[in-house]
Amino acid sequence: MLVDHAAARHNQQKHTLVALVENKPGVLNRVASLFRRRNFNIDSLAVGTTDDPNVSRMTIVVDASRTNADLVERNLYKLVNVIDVQDVTHLPSVVRELALIKVHVASTIKRSEIKHVTDMFQSRVVDVNKDSLIVEVTGEEEKVDSILSVLEEYGIMEVVRTGRIAMVRGAARDAHEQDDMVFSGNGRAN
Amino acid sequence: MKLTGAQIIWETLLQQDARLVFGYPGGAILPTYDALYDYQDRIRHVLVRHEENAALAADAYARATGKVGVCMATSGPGATNLVTGLANAMMDSSPVVAITGQVASHLVGTDAFQETDVTGVTLPVTKHNYLVMDIEELPEVLAEAFYVARSGRPGPVLVDICKDVQQKSMEYTPVTSVQMRGYRAVKPMHKQDMPALLQSAADLINSAKRPVILAGQGIKAGGAHGELCELINKAGIPVATTLLGIGVLSEDHPLNLRMMGMHGEAYVNMAIAKADLLIALGMRFDDRVTGNLAQYAKNSRVIHVDIDAAEIGKNVRADVGIVGNVKQVLQEMMPLISNSSHRDWLAAINEWHEDTRSRDVLNQDLPDEMLLAPHVIRAIWEATKGECTIATDVGQHQMWETQYFQHIRNNQLLTSGGLGTMGFGLPASIGAKLGRPDDEVWAVAGDGGFQMSIPELATIVQEKLNIKIAIVNNHFLGMVRQWQDLMHNKRYSQTQMWTPNFQKLAEAYGILGLRAASQTEMRRIIDQARAHDGPVLCEFVVEPEMNVFPMVMPGKALDEMARREPAALGTGMDGVK
Repeated sequence: MLVDHAAARHNQQKHTLVALVENKPGVLNRVASLFRRRNFNIDSLAVGTTDDPNVSRMTIVVDASRTNADLVERNLYKLVNVIDVQDVTHLPSVVRELALIKVHVASTIKRSEIKHVTDMFQSRVVDVNKDSLIVEVTGEEEKVDSILSVLEEYGIMEVVRTGRIAMVRGAARDAHEQDDMVFSGNGRAN
Repeated sequence: MKLTGAQIIWETLLQQDARLVFGYPGGAILPTYDALYDYQDRIRHVLVRHEENAALAADAYARATGKVGVCMATSGPGATNLVTGLANAMMDSSPVVAITGQVASHLVGTDAFQETDVTGVTLPVTKHNYLVMDIEELPEVLAEAFYVARSGRPGPVLVDICKDVQQKSMEYTPVTSVQMRGYRAVKPMHKQDMPALLQSAADLINSAKRPVILAGQGIKAGGAHGELCELINKAGIPVATTLLGIGVLSEDHPLNLRMMGMHGEAYVNMAIAKADLLIALGMRFDDRVTGNLAQYAKNSRVIHVDIDAAEIGKNVRADVGIVGNVKQVLQEMMPLISNSSHRDWLAAINEWHEDTRSRDVLNQDLPDEMLLAPHVIRAIWEATKGECTIATDVGQHQMWETQYFQHIRNNQLLTSGGLGTMGFGLPASIGAKLGRPDDEVWAVAGDGGFQMSIPELATIVQEKLNIKIAIVNNHFLGMVRQWQDLMHNKRYSQTQMWTPNFQKLAEAYGILGLRAASQTEMRRIIDQARAHDGPVLCEFVVEPEMNVFPMVMPGKALDEMARREPAALGTGMDGVK
């Protein structure tokens, strides 16, 4: 029987995968190439450093209505430079996105209004110009979507969003450390 | 001990017991070839005539020996020529290490002469690859390459080494263990509860009325032949094999149904379609094996055991999916399996088998001058008593080989499965002969595939390899013509082929050339070829328009096969029912 990849195991459409990868040249290329090669649909991919200079962290959001998140996870593991992958969708976690929004300012009154809006969203104005300002907002995607829809009426000139980053609440995850193994160079490990 | 990068390459090969390299020199790999001059007593280098064939021969050598195959090429065109061979090894999970020269590190990224982004080009067709720009990394990288290539699900690994890295020196101590932070040979699925999974699998097996085992190459890679035998003898379960699974169980075993899929015999596919339980062991449900996926295993449960977690649930949903080495999994499962014989089920399969026999062209009375490719395969099998290694090319002759050669020994057939690489046969026979020098080795190719690898005749002569070559010449790209016949209204677009005088061609290379166009001549030249001490090229001129049946047409379910009419001879053997 055909595998119905679209029917994800969970109802949640957006899956968040956190991957720890070796901080080596070309690793992002390997991950991106995997997604293209396997025809995986990815909503966002955020990459950054961690507390360990040899390890980078990727947060990958998979549209589970189009791509089986389990298969993404298992294929990521096959990449030699991937240390650990965790699907945090159903774990208690802190999920954030940062956005910078440049808004058109037609008058001083509009500027006060925008300031008011940003206060309500607990976001802030980080740059002011004669006829524009930049709002910085942090939060879950829904919050970013909301402020964007409110600011729309003033005229949005430019938007940049980082994509989702996530961290599981509570004790640090150290599974990847325990999983580290030393192999004999000649042994055939099966 | 202070060694150059080039010397470290050869030292690593010795340490890894890789004493055979298929390669072709050039500018960016010159320092390494210079160092080879002092290693020639310990390492045999086979000079191929095209880098693609170095990769294909290394792949076949790996399959024939179970060791890692090594190929070598220069930067740019040398490295890009390896790509087809690497893709072939990738698709068929063959352990190959490719070493390529790269322009000097200060020139990388400048479009220097013969520079290509080789790690970029080969990324999707290798299990892993490396670009070495610093000699300090070289010993570890080479050791890792061999380890990654042969462990877990094997595959090709490429190491691209800058020319200055080959020239520089460093204090060298052999690498005895590999420490890799990210790589795990086998990565089980999260929360894989092995005892519970094994019990669920055993319960399904013990309660099945019509089980079939689908055996793939994973049985070979994991060395699980004994466990497979034990399981089927205990539980009375018939076995169908994939193309690369041929030989995991002797084909004279009464429970071996032989190859399944697009050109599997009808009774095998019928058994799979009617089964209530499919037990997939070390195989990946390729589309050539399943037919229409929506119709596949519709009424059966599926147990899927594979070393690669990403294969479980990729194409076919598994009721029980187990990630692990198939040998270990079967060992642990064995005590949970009850004795059974499945007598009624086997009797039903046998009835379908009888029908297959009645449609076999070789069971029909044909005039002596009517020579068919199946005759050739069967005659080689009879003459060698099945005791040879056979390397095929890709196409009709390959499928007939699976149908008409009874494989008794493990890994007797070396063939390109997943990639379907035309031109595999001849270089594969070179890798096979070097890996199994005491074996009789036959290369079987069509006139199309053989013409892709003709230059390697020179390699065979130079290396004094006693290989018997059989060209099944139908003056067509037979399998493509078959599709044009069955699906494109016989519009034979670019499939007719002029071929050279193969006897004269052989003669030009100093090889004995023989030709047969009848069944009597066929038997005579096969005997003559086998008696000759040295390479022989046999051309068999066969019926031009014969089709391989059965055939599961694209989009059809596995048991909806186009078949040959019983005793349809004289009225066109290609008649479709």
